[in-house]
Amino acid sequence: MITIRKFYYGDYGESKNGAADISSTNEAKKEWPLWEVFIRSKQGLDHKHAGSLHAADAAMAIENARDVYTRRMEGVSIWVVESKHIHASNPDDANAMYDPANDKAYRHPTFYNLPDAVKHM
Amino acid sequence: MDQLTNYTLFLADNALIMGHRNSEWCGHGPILEQDIAISNIALDLIGQARNFYQYAATLIDNNATEDSLAYLRDAKEYKNCLLVEQPNADWAQTVLKQFFFSTYQYYLYQQLQNNNDEQLKAIAAKALKEVTYHVRWSSEWVIRLGDGTEESKKRLLKAVDELWMFTGELFEPASYELNINIDFIFLKENWNKKIRSVFEEATIDVPAETSWYQSGGKIGNHSEHLGFILAEMQFLQRAYPNSEW
Repeated sequence: MITIRKFYYGDYGESKNGAADISSTNEAKKEWPLWEVFIRSKQGLDHKHAGSLHAADAAMAIENARDVYTRRMEGVSIWVVESKHIHASNPDDANAMYDPANDKAYRHPTFYNLPDAVKHM
Repeated sequence: MDQLTNYTLFLADNALIMGHRNSEWCGHGPILEQDIAISNIALDLIGQARNFYQYAATLIDNNATEDSLAYLRDAKEYKNCLLVEQPNADWAQTVLKQFFFSTYQYYLYQQLQNNNDEQLKAIAAKALKEVTYHVRWSSEWVIRLGDGTEESKKRLLKAVDELWMFTGELFEPASYELNINIDFIFLKENWNKKIRSVFEEATIDVPAETSWYQSGGKIGNHSEHLGFILAEMQFLQRAYPNSEW
């Protein structure tokens, strides 16, 4: 039985739990890396994040994704990327990153008067 | 029973017993993703078996149903080949068994989808898509294990040793297979070609053509393993006839 440990994504926490840090240990060599799965539900739509899974390499990740995430006709195309290649913003920075946008209502384009000829805006 | 009925039961039994063996992995797979993969294959095969049993039931028409055919026939009446009833050992043996069987099904269904019998034709055409994936999935694993670590290679070679003797039967037609318009030479050559190319990638040798082969399953002479499968599968239906839930 292969033990599964779910690694965090991206930069933060890497020193404690990240994929890059643990890959050098013997225990990690027995574990398959984590992959993020993106599924396109039909032609013309974009790929959306569906979840994650473990696989030894990209080919196996796509087959696993097919078995785990498209059993109920969810998709027509699959992308996979190893989770460690995804860089994420740090949740601790949320105040500085996102709060300042809170009171800037003027950034929404709701203050323009549109001519009647322009539809579907 | 006529040849077509026997042949349809043969196709159904192969799919059911192989599916049942795979279902034994459910909850025991080496890793969650592969547990789901092999359970999917089990469901595909049991679905194929149902289609064939339903068709066989219409051919028999003596109050036969898909359930009576699956649950109330004894080992001697089962026509599956010996390969599919072999117990699961480790993962290498399981994926190799799947690879041998799926490759056989693949070339068989390719022919059946052009058969004169409309039902066999339709079921084979539908199942072929599933089987194409089973071949892909199982070949990937054979290559991974053969060309993997020393341990994985050792296990795969042991599995080849154990299972090869059951592959000859696939290409020895039983009497009910003779008038179904199957080209056994085509079947065997293509099967061999696929096995050779995957084994080559897996860096392992194909056993000699002249090996000794087991046979008998197709005409009801099974190993003791089938009885245990049926005991487990049929117990409920035999202890509580016609029970539903």
